[in-house]
Amino acid sequence: MGNWIINHGLTSFILVVWMGINIFLFVWFYLFYDLGDDYYYTRHLLGSALAWARAPAAVLNFNCMLILLPVCRNLLSLLRGSFVCCGRTMRKQLDKNISFHKLVAYMIALMTAVHLIAHLLNVEWYNNSRRGVYDKLSTALSNLEDTDNTTYLNPIRTTDVDAQQTPTYFVFTTIAGLTGVIITLALILIITSSMEVIRRSYFEVFWYTHHLFVIFFVGLVFHGAGFIVRKQLTTEPPHNYTLCKDRTEEWGQIPQCPLPKFGGGPAQTWWWVIGPMILYLCERLLRFIRYMQTVQYRKIVMHPSKVLELQLVRDGFKMEVGQYIFLNCPAISQLEWHPFTMTSAPEEDFFSVHIRSAGDWTDRLIDIMQHLPEGAEGPKMGVDGPFGTASEDVFDYEVSMLVGAGIGITPFASILKSIWYKFKTSNPKLRTRKIYFYWLCRETHAFEWFADLLQVLEREMEERGMGDFLTYKLYLTGWDQSHATHAWVHFDEETDVEFEEVRKENPSSVVGTFLCGPAVLGKVLEKKCAKFSDVDPRKTRFYFNKENF
Amino acid sequence: MGKIEWAMWANEQALASGLILLTGGIVGVAGQFRGWQFAAYAIAAGAFVCLLEYPRSKRTKGTSVERTGQYCFTVCVKSFGPLTRNYYVRAFLHAALSVPAGFLLATVLGCVCLGIASIIYLAAAIRGEHWEPILPKKKIARKPDDSMKNPPQNPPPRPPPETRRKRVDDLEGAAYDNPIPVGE
Repeated sequence: MGNWIINHGLTSFILVVWMGINIFLFVWFYLFYDLGDDYYYTRHLLGSALAWARAPAAVLNFNCMLILLPVCRNLLSLLRGSFVCCGRTMRKQLDKNISFHKLVAYMIALMTAVHLIAHLLNVEWYNNSRRGVYDKLSTALSNLEDTDNTTYLNPIRTTDVDAQQTPTYFVFTTIAGLTGVIITLALILIITSSMEVIRRSYFEVFWYTHHLFVIFFVGLVFHGAGFIVRKQLTTEPPHNYTLCKDRTEEWGQIPQCPLPKFGGGPAQTWWWVIGPMILYLCERLLRFIRYMQTVQYRKIVMHPSKVLELQLVRDGFKMEVGQYIFLNCPAISQLEWHPFTMTSAPEEDFFSVHIRSAGDWTDRLIDIMQHLPEGAEGPKMGVDGPFGTASEDVFDYEVSMLVGAGIGITPFASILKSIWYKFKTSNPKLRTRKIYFYWLCRETHAFEWFADLLQVLEREMEERGMGDFLTYKLYLTGWDQSHATHAWVHFDEETDVEFEEVRKENPSSVVGTFLCGPAVLGKVLEKKCAKFSDVDPRKTRFYFNKENF
Repeated sequence: MGKIEWAMWANEQALASGLILLTGGIVGVAGQFRGWQFAAYAIAAGAFVCLLEYPRSKRTKGTSVERTGQYCFTVCVKSFGPLTRNYYVRAFLHAALSVPAGFLLATVLGCVCLGIASIIYLAAAIRGEHWEPILPKKKIARKPDDSMKNPPQNPPPRPPPETRRKRVDDLEGAAYDNPIPVGE
């Protein structure tokens, strides 16, 4: 339970606050439009559909403001730097930015649907009122025109368009209606191209279509224009609706019931979204500036199994273990930035990434590098970053159990190298005295470079007589999706053996366990840590760190 | 964007359009809108499009991810043969289905979305893509007979006995006895 609070507490709190604000906005604006006196006549024409349209609009304003923020990764890095005082848990929240972006997007989609349906009803009922289908009051209200001393309530003024087509005509001839259709269409296209199948297979389609958000935001800013949502204004003398609603023939003729006046409010969405729009513009500008900075190649290595290692140098680049960068290669694609975890340690004077063939962009890059003549400079590369919360906790434990599965071993390259550098220079930050490293993969083919790294480290440690510092075990599972459950069961039994061994060899230590791999393994490890830990502080205690590398 | 199978995106877009048509139609009918008959049509068209588009096609390259429970739909869609296999047919079908929905505001969004899906399907068809059902792989039990070949019936070819005799006069040269000359 305690572990859950440490790992999930802050996230849950943020989600509860976010949902709370959404609910508050919805209910507040619903009641504002459903109970407000100045909307009495509007409600007579529209019923509760008025409130059902305005409440999601408020929630949409809030969420459209939020959605741009989690994708300003440079801004987030800045925040992360300034949170150094506030603890890692706070900083780790910033790593979940994309999840939050998606959650906000779902809310926008849901609220758009509600807003759209409510407005469909509104337009239909306005149309019917205008055609005199409803009661006397509705007809009277709808007949009010925009002249010198009267103002209209019903935004549908025309009656000579075919009755069935009037709603369509109205929507397509008003700013609000037209922008509404355009931005909803943009939203739908963004959503369909963001489905996981499309995103994972054709990142380019997802990325380019996502840029329709520019149209979305421009349309959104103008969507509220046109004074379509109208409320009753105070007249001199005042028009009391309780008194006058049943005496429509006498409006303007008796002193207690002058003709009611109506007016709409200006568009307000821009108040909400202008800030984030500017921030996002700055973010893209910053990415462009970073891209213009010169990045030099220190070394380009082609490893077996088509793994490309790039060792790069950029002025003023500072990294921590476990962070990632975005790479852009204009020779392949002007607009695409792809993330890669860094495999170099901060102690080295360069930074490196190991790139596997995983799609169009990586294939092209590997192809270009393979055809590079000897000694030639690589293609121009833009680097954005580094991003991500550093995995510094690794250095705090006397004994560390590091578990990497599949591609998850990539950050461990950085971590292991850094631990070794710190050990060699007796860096006081490093408390680790013993490392157990477990590597699970189907086959080592694609990670031969990592196997080489382990061997180099092992050799260096032997030379210094520190052969015991690092113990590593390799598990070749040879499993695929369909065998995952089998592998899990075996892993369960194996880990029991391992934990027992670690406990025996380190009788009174605090052991930190770190995982980079599938969540299902995380659950197993978490259980084992709890099982093998002893309440007695003189005995071994295991702490499971749910790292999000 | 060379290797994209446009049909995958067209499929997502068409499924979404079906749902939007369905929703718009329900609103139109439930709200008794003027021209609700068009809304009723949209319900039918939307449901039909959803059923047609629910089963994903098998990808030409890479792993295909099925939608939950799509197998029965796959069987239904497969039974229409070339009508559902060919994307030109789908493109024109969607274009035709979307037209009546354009006459009512409640369904006009579904109409436009389906129209866009139709265009993407046309692009897919022009690039030669087609719908392929995802069927469960039939596990053929490996018969042991397959891996065990019959023993040879005839002896290996041998030269006449004279050349097979050991050359005792030249033991060194006979160390490696090759009755048949080895080489090209």
